[in-house]
Amino acid sequence: MADYRSIMKDGLWNQNVVFTQMLGLCPTMAVTTSGTNGLGMGLATTAVLVASNTIIASIRDFVSPQVRIPVYISLIATMVTLVDMSLNAWFHDLYKVLGLFIALIVANCAVLGRAEAFAARQPVPAAVVDGLAMGLGFTLALTVIGLVRELVGAGTLFAQASLLLGPKFAFMEITVLPNYGGVLMMILPPAGFLVLGLLLAAKNVYERRKAASASASPPAIAAAGCH
Amino acid sequence: MSTLALWRDKLSYQPLSLALIAMLTSAALAIGNLATHDDILKAEERDLQASLAQVLPDAYADNDLLKDTLKIADAEGKPRTIYRARKAGVVNGAVFQTVSRGYAGDIVVLIGVDATGRMLGARVIKHIETPGLGDKIEIAKAKWIRDFEGKSLGDPPPEKWAVKKDGGVFDQFAGATITPRAVVKAVKGGLEFFAAHREEILKGD
Repeated sequence: MADYRSIMKDGLWNQNVVFTQMLGLCPTMAVTTSGTNGLGMGLATTAVLVASNTIIASIRDFVSPQVRIPVYISLIATMVTLVDMSLNAWFHDLYKVLGLFIALIVANCAVLGRAEAFAARQPVPAAVVDGLAMGLGFTLALTVIGLVRELVGAGTLFAQASLLLGPKFAFMEITVLPNYGGVLMMILPPAGFLVLGLLLAAKNVYERRKAASASASPPAIAAAGCH
Repeated sequence: MSTLALWRDKLSYQPLSLALIAMLTSAALAIGNLATHDDILKAEERDLQASLAQVLPDAYADNDLLKDTLKIADAEGKPRTIYRARKAGVVNGAVFQTVSRGYAGDIVVLIGVDATGRMLGARVIKHIETPGLGDKIEIAKAKWIRDFEGKSLGDPPPEKWAVKKDGGVFDQFAGATITPRAVVKAVKGGLEFFAAHREEILKGD
């Protein structure tokens, strides 16, 4: 019986895709110019992660270790392309907002990473929960980075959220600083690294304080990543 | 399961399983493409129709612009598609794309003109300019693009078809001159193209 609670906790915090595993940084830097963009990319990635984990866990006995990587890559690329085509055909308005993100999901090595590290050796239900947890952790990280950049860069929070989530979510759009000139640098790529670094530092300080107060050893930070 | 484990380590299992996956994924893509192809075309057509409606006031057309097209080669020999607006069969306006190079890449502008060559409207439909600086050319970000409405090649005079920094009549943005300059150039180029092919476009057959 898998421990779903610890899978969820790993995905959201302990093994967070961006803040701990440092995976998927290419889409992270590219889309976190606003909270809404981060949220959209996060949700789209979550959907793909759940689907790819499900399929890969269900065929794990048939895939031999020698050819597993090309098998996973073709499955993930196919799935992303199918999602891209169906959104374009049947949810065209949503596609105009999300379309930019969909193609970037293939470049997110977190999806392949979870296939390799988790789904390939776990039963389907655990893999589904893992995909959901990792996806939500990714969404959380992207949304927070996006919100910080948006707040400092443009003085708003969740601008244009109603385009992504529908008119009912217009209440999320907040102008914190009216008549704010904006800081262009925050919207350009360098600020992506800057904000990620600062948030990472804050997370590490928090973990260390917590560990110190519990007088346990600080958690190890995984340093490996593709980009 | 044990027979599967035995098979799985054989050399021939590797290419065969890979081939099977490749076949299945290709089949899935082919089916996906068949299922979505027509709907994607329709959706793109609706998009185009929506942009056409933005640069051409309703009163100028009672026909289906998407079905009344004309292809004319521009000065560089590239064919341009012209959508003709008719009222009771008479061509009294045209919509077409015009392109010029901006700061980061090509800026594609869709413009609508009436039969005399006066601008009815312009919209930037594709660009990769810097967000926060150059993207004020989008109608969603600023009203700037509406400055072109009502202008024609003689009004303002040709030497005034430029941004203010270059002695023209159009505003530039703080921190971005190249982008609005490129849009002005694209629109002017479009009007010149229309003037050069006016008779061909207005002929209406």
